[in-house]
Amino acid sequence: MTEWLLVAPVILALSTGTFAALFMRWRTLSLVVIWVGAVVQVVSAIALLMSVLDEGIVAVAVGNWPAPFGISFVADNLSAAMVLITAIIGLATVAYASADLALRPSYPLYHVLIQILLVGVYGSFLTGDIFNLYVWFEVMLISSFGLMILDANRVQIEGAVKYVILNLVSTLVFLLAIGLLHGATGTLNMADLSLKVPMLDSGKTTLIASLFLFGFAIKSALFPVFAWLPASYHTLPSGVVAIFAGLLTKVGVYALMRVFTLVFSLPNTGLQTLLIIIAGLTMLTGVLGAASQFNIKRILSFHIISQIGYMVMGLALYTPLAIAGGIFYIIHHIIVKANLFLIGGYLQRKHGSDNLSDLGGTYKALPWLGVLFIIPAFSLAGFPPLSGFWGKFMVIRASLETGQYILAATALFVGLMTIFSMTKIWSEAFWKARPDGQPNEPLTRKEHWLYLTPIVVLAIMTIIIGLAVEPLYQFADTAARQLLDTTQYVDTVMGVLR
Amino acid sequence: METLWSIVVGVMLGAGIYLMMERHLVRFIFGLMIVSNAVNLGIFVAGRLTKGNPPLIDEGALELAEGFANPLPQALILTAIVIGFGLLLFTMILAYRASTEMGTADLDQYRESEES
Repeated sequence: MTEWLLVAPVILALSTGTFAALFMRWRTLSLVVIWVGAVVQVVSAIALLMSVLDEGIVAVAVGNWPAPFGISFVADNLSAAMVLITAIIGLATVAYASADLALRPSYPLYHVLIQILLVGVYGSFLTGDIFNLYVWFEVMLISSFGLMILDANRVQIEGAVKYVILNLVSTLVFLLAIGLLHGATGTLNMADLSLKVPMLDSGKTTLIASLFLFGFAIKSALFPVFAWLPASYHTLPSGVVAIFAGLLTKVGVYALMRVFTLVFSLPNTGLQTLLIIIAGLTMLTGVLGAASQFNIKRILSFHIISQIGYMVMGLALYTPLAIAGGIFYIIHHIIVKANLFLIGGYLQRKHGSDNLSDLGGTYKALPWLGVLFIIPAFSLAGFPPLSGFWGKFMVIRASLETGQYILAATALFVGLMTIFSMTKIWSEAFWKARPDGQPNEPLTRKEHWLYLTPIVVLAIMTIIIGLAVEPLYQFADTAARQLLDTTQYVDTVMGVLR
Repeated sequence: METLWSIVVGVMLGAGIYLMMERHLVRFIFGLMIVSNAVNLGIFVAGRLTKGNPPLIDEGALELAEGFANPLPQALILTAIVIGFGLLLFTMILAYRASTEMGTADLDQYRESEES
């Protein structure tokens, strides 16, 4: 049963996407497939998480080829949690897009591509083989290319060029690193690699690890290779950018966490100090970039970068508390960030612009939307008791414990600057008087609810994470211990058929 | 043998990266082609190069004797070539479309979306 749960998310998303593509001409049928598929994915992800909580790390050798020869799928706490969050965000975007994108000609294609994107994301989270990870990255990448140019207008194509170029570079570096790693160790299974990499001499380890770091740094938009993100995300429709902002860079962070705990142990690579510096600069440049912007989507895009800094900070400090904080931060961030983009998209649809200067008076017209905005915005900035506070608290505490005072100060300063950006959106879009001649598109009742349900659900999840922090902390702590002490992972994978 | 090919891979990577840093989109695509072939060749070389020895395990032995090329990297390259080809085609079509839309293939002029 567990074996099936491990591969279920990938298979479900793949078949949902395939059937949706087959039925593309029959719109209602294809939508039914998509909705059923998205809901079943959430259910199967919950079942997977339950069984991981029950049994600890679970693994399956696909096709009964025992590890390290075949490809294994593995789920520990981190993977299972990421899969569940992915499924939830997938469902939320499906609901949101049925209001936001339904009138566009590309709408049926959108759903197909989103499902294939989810295939790649699930695969990346669950695979235990590093070359397989590359293949899932490619699946994700090629469908994200498609989503990038969905409307094929000038601005999107221009953004897509930058996105494609930098992501291809990252892919090639990642592939080269895999090739060299296989040449040096003769294996691709990550559990087997974690046994063999310590036998390499330190020069080889550092070289290959730096290639991995560079490849994943582009993927997760770390300083100084984040330029593709703010150059392309704001050109996308909200139904696309919400899922991109929530998931794509986080797959890069996940890969960093997996590779630099399991395959290479970060302190042994000689890259730890570098990663700490990168984390600090990523936070800082992201938040300063956001301060200079005046467009909701672009402000939020820059904030993705600064938030990635906190997650990488967790990994870079390499203590159980720090990594638990990083994991907690990823989970919190995916929900909050997707939600902020959804709210921004709602404003854009209603008033025909996402420039702050064209917006205003929203609080007077829709006070409850103001409340819904405040929840993720304050959570992003780190107000207690919302989810962002606890994530920040954990990583900053860990950095004080390890004596990284400058990093801790940077993190606190970035939190302060985040409040500045969020209050900027608040005072311009919500508080300021309505500008003259602002269009106000009336929405049907059904559209209204399709827009708001995902926003409300994600906001409630933010509050729940903030209030029920203890069980989640325990969960993240277990996840961090599983990452740092690789014996359980290795035993589970290598002993699948023993 | 491997040393020679390592140098070849290095030269190809250098040339490709140089082209990729050019401002012109077409040069970037040429660079992309060279780099992706160099990476594939690199994986190939990392799996050892031998002549005329099929990687078969002798009867009674548990693993390959010395002096055989590893067949797995060669299988990996097949996957990588297919994926690389798909990505390359996409990039070429995107570049074509972008240069017709923007009226230029000079990447420095692609700034329209960043002015607000």
